Amino acid sequence: MNIKVHYFARIKEALNFSTEEITLPNGEITVTALKNYLSARGETWANLFNGKQVVRAAINHQLVDDLAQIKAGDEVAFFPPVTGG
Amino acid sequence: MAVRVQVEDFDVGAEIAAMRLANPNIGAVVSFVGQVRDMNDGANVQTLTLEHYPEMTEKSLQAIEIEAKNCWSVLDSLIVHRVGSLKPLDQIVLVLAASAHRGDAFKACEFMMDYLKTQAPFWKKESTPQGEHWVDAKDSDDAARARWQAK
Repeated sequence: MNIKVHYFARIKEALNFSTEEITLPNGEITVTALKNYLSARGETWANLFNGKQVVRAAINHQLVDDLAQIKAGDEVAFFPPVTGG
Repeated sequence: MAVRVQVEDFDVGAEIAAMRLANPNIGAVVSFVGQVRDMNDGANVQTLTLEHYPEMTEKSLQAIEIEAKNCWSVLDSLIVHRVGSLKPLDQIVLVLAASAHRGDAFKACEFMMDYLKTQAPFWKKESTPQGEHWVDAKDSDDAARARWQAK
């Protein structure tokens, strides 16, 4: 399945880009599974997504927890804990 | 109820007057204004840059307003959050809550601000003489939000 993924703030800076389309071999995965998939891409990715730093996720513009299911066509976003206000 | 995400500054007095004069049932308006500080964690802040997630930001602010309205008798509310490049003494955020009596307005205003701090997709980056860095989220903000869930 295909999904769109956005990265923000220090995650975006570490990766040097903000948006990508990802084609995953399976349908419907959890946020945790997507984080694991990204961690396997290499050292930079592992440092961001191996769980040592808190990374929040949103699916289709809603904050979700790591057990949330991602479906084909979803817009996923990864970002650090928010610091507005 | 309205939300705005904007680069421009805002006029608190004008916003309160507009809300107040639109509804004679309003007996109380509580406002919160956040201002950029020149010192954060011991560093001299020269510029504060706000990044956000445009497609999600307004939706999340609207959800915060709806949640406040579900909890208290809120007649009207407004959230204005600035983005882009700000300096110390600049206003950064405005939250207004209007109700018939002060109790609901006080609580709704504080609730919306506590939720905004932990739920709305904004990120601050500080520029200091020592360089740029992203601001870390504070545990105290999570604790402030958790108080409302316990009720």
